[in-house]
Amino acid sequence: MLRDITLGQYYQTDSIIHRLDSRVKIMATMLFIISLFMVKNFIGYIAAGLFLVAIIRISHVPFKFMIKGMKAILFLLIITVGFNLFLTPGEPLITLWKLTITREGVVLAVSMAIRLSFLIIGSSIMTLTTTPNNLTDGMEALLNPLKKIKVPVHEIAMMMSIALRFIPILLEETDKIMKAQIARGADFESGNLIRKAKNLVPLLVPLFISAFRRANDLAMAMEARCYRGGENRTKMKPLKYYKRDYLAYVITFAYLAFVISVGRVFLKI
Amino acid sequence: MGIIEASKLAFEYIRRDDEGNVEGITRAIDGVDLDVKQGDFVAILGHNGSGKSTLAKHMNAILYPTEGSVWVDGKDTQDEKYLWDIRQNAGMVFQNPDNQIIGQVVEEDVGFGPENMGIPTKEIWERVEESLKAVGMYEYRKHSPNKLSGGQKQRVSIAGVIAMHPKCIILDEPTAMLDPNGRKEVIRAARALNQVEGVTIILITHYMEEAIYADQIIVMDQGRIEMQGTPKEIFSRVEELKELRLDVPQVTLLAYELKKSGLPLQDGIITTQELVEELKRIQK
Repeated sequence: MLRDITLGQYYQTDSIIHRLDSRVKIMATMLFIISLFMVKNFIGYIAAGLFLVAIIRISHVPFKFMIKGMKAILFLLIITVGFNLFLTPGEPLITLWKLTITREGVVLAVSMAIRLSFLIIGSSIMTLTTTPNNLTDGMEALLNPLKKIKVPVHEIAMMMSIALRFIPILLEETDKIMKAQIARGADFESGNLIRKAKNLVPLLVPLFISAFRRANDLAMAMEARCYRGGENRTKMKPLKYYKRDYLAYVITFAYLAFVISVGRVFLKI
Repeated sequence: MGIIEASKLAFEYIRRDDEGNVEGITRAIDGVDLDVKQGDFVAILGHNGSGKSTLAKHMNAILYPTEGSVWVDGKDTQDEKYLWDIRQNAGMVFQNPDNQIIGQVVEEDVGFGPENMGIPTKEIWERVEESLKAVGMYEYRKHSPNKLSGGQKQRVSIAGVIAMHPKCIILDEPTAMLDPNGRKEVIRAARALNQVEGVTIILITHYMEEAIYADQIIVMDQGRIEMQGTPKEIFSRVEELKELRLDVPQVTLLAYELKKSGLPLQDGIITTQELVEELKRIQK
């Protein structure tokens, strides 16, 4: 059962968005997030919304998968909207007991809600259309300039991809240890929170020991296969820009320019 | 000079207590002389703790001798400047298949070794393809290693080593964690490499059945080489093997017992085929 879990939330289908270089997708997502914070009025939000809808349509990923990501931040969203709604000073609209809703509050709350949900949907498009592997490769390439200031970029990327590879293995192992402990009378279900946490100790200790043993073995296996860090290493699947990638950059920058200029023009009026 | 040579090799594990004081010294290998010829299939047998895995780790410069020396393809393993040459020439496959696969896709894992060696992209692909074909895993190249069986994972590990074009492959108990079918798959792949590609194979195992195909068997006990010879020679010495707490293949044991009860069988029967023919001969 645990063998079948997929990591990240990659949605397997074929679309031009899926085929784009991962560097483009990471950059575009960053620019989109920046654009959300530069928007000053509702026309900007409409532009961002249309841009998002267009991308979702092109990506062939069902909309309900984007909503899944929203569930995780629902709580955060409610709190943010609540605080903005009640605590913004300004022209009062309705007063309920001691709480006052102001005109400015409503505007701020609505725009915060839009910003947050667009932000989540935008970044989930990236993770839905890019495999974790590709994402790691893209990050490594984009962070490459940081090598000059001695940031171990290659090592970080390698750690990320090893972590991704070992998550299913460790999950399977957790399952095994759990069953072994249950067979010997361990109880992971009942009791209050503190008790439950205490009951996890016999699960975590063997899991950690085994993880260390695996790490040791893996390091040895990597060295035996001539691994010596990122220097002089070639790539089996090097990242390469195609025409569509340049086109995607152009579209993203055009969108950014539009959102920024719309903000300026309307502010003047 | 053979592909792997060892002279008066000794290795000591030093146990320390919490303060770093020496608590005791375990001599895992004690004066081993070894000469493996290019193209040979050598099986190293031994009980747990006989030093066979420690010996294997010396052949890939993972461990360095306490005394004596090891040469791989004529290069001393203690010489820092040959380290990567040695690791490329003497590929190593370990016991646990999960702990040695690095890639998240089969083909990426096979490409890991060549990537480290700085091979150009195009050639990496060629090497990955030929290695996966050599172990019969080509159709699984796009799969995730997590969904393969143990025997398949071990074959991927072997492919990962072959892609580095080594002269010699050391398999350190590659079948210890596999089911009988997986064991057969892995041994078949190793034998094919030896016979078709002429790669030197050093197989470390405690399954006697796997050793019968070897050109040479080395039996280790307590860090020393106790017996050395062809499978026929080794398995005809049933009593000695029993003293070393090692089993003999079932067929050999049966032949041995039959002989003890009076049948005039030859020594050193290691396959069912041979026993059948011997029995037919006697019947006539």
